Amino acid sequence: MTAQVLIRKLLPVLLVAACAPALADDPEFTLQLREHRFTPSEVKVPAGAKVRLVIDNQDGTVEEFDSFALNREKLVFPNSKGTVFIGPLKPGRYEFMGEFNQSTAKGVVVAE
Amino acid sequence: MLAAAVIVFRESLEAALVIGIVAAATRPISGRIWWIALGAFAGIVGSIGVAEVAQSIAQLAGGYGQELFSAVVLALAVAMLAWHNVWMASHGRQMAAQARELGCSVVRGEAALTAIATAVALTVLREGSETVLFLGGIASSAGSTRFALAAGGALGLVAGAAAGVLIYAGLLRVPVRQLFGVTGWLILLLAAGMAGQCARVLIQADLLPALVSPLWDTSKWMPDNSAVGTLLHALMGYQAQPSGTQVLFYLAALVLIFVAMRRAQSRSAQSPSAA
Repeated sequence: MTAQVLIRKLLPVLLVAACAPALADDPEFTLQLREHRFTPSEVKVPAGAKVRLVIDNQDGTVEEFDSFALNREKLVFPNSKGTVFIGPLKPGRYEFMGEFNQSTAKGVVVAE
Repeated sequence: MLAAAVIVFRESLEAALVIGIVAAATRPISGRIWWIALGAFAGIVGSIGVAEVAQSIAQLAGGYGQELFSAVVLALAVAMLAWHNVWMASHGRQMAAQARELGCSVVRGEAALTAIATAVALTVLREGSETVLFLGGIASSAGSTRFALAAGGALGLVAGAAAGVLIYAGLLRVPVRQLFGVTGWLILLLAAGMAGQCARVLIQADLLPALVSPLWDTSKWMPDNSAVGTLLHALMGYQAQPSGTQVLFYLAALVLIFVAMRRAQSRSAQSPSAA
């Protein structure tokens, strides 16, 4: 039964993954993280399109990019970059934060 | 300090609730505490190990190693919880009868306990490695805030564990006749929530399309970071703004596991001699 459940669950994933389009064409936006602050703290992205959001962590500490509104959570290691795909989004404001430094690391994605 | 407490609380809550629920669900199976403790211990040791190599994992698969790792851990946890529920569906009636007659811890069920211990280990591992990284960051930071943060982290851990104890104590008050029905539903919802999370990480790495994002928005009346939202997230995968694919995965897991449980139940009813 386990194998059956596993196959039922994984097979669609693998099929869709195999059909997923090439990664290169999606518009890309970069957020710099320095001294636990995002620059820019407000990033405008097109609504209705999938977007690559690159978090460039220039701090010497690990950060977790976190957004309830965007449903995203990603560890970004010291002096390295992390990419999350967001969207296609409905028009609106989507707040995000660096979970480990919430008092300063805040921002918003504006889809329009 | 409060922020640190909240972070660690959020990370430990789901694992604590899973442990509390499965401890109640396996009540009549002898030796269950050791298996669950072993699972939790393996999860903690694994968390430290994973935190240690987290950066290398993150760099795998073109920078999406973190997401693939999470997806595999989540899918395995869903499979283990599903397996346990199917096993319980075919043995539950017999277990309830024996538990009533003889008291607790009488039924043999190594298969179910292996599944449960693995599910516990995977759940602890997933949230634990993030906590280890967060606390590790605190430990390496200088200054007077370090101890406040560490105290906050400890507070969060205790609060998370308390939630697990609370749900376990609450479930023990449920009459044995209904207990396995209740825990079966709780585990089904936990598994569906994890299936939704599995979809979320795969969408984040662009391995799955989001379809509609968000499918709905209930963040006005029940935000994700509210107390009830946090609890419902840990218990049944609640999200205020889920994407369409997440909801599809959630429902698919719910229906598939439910159907498998029903089939196991009716099969065991037809042949009551098969233990």
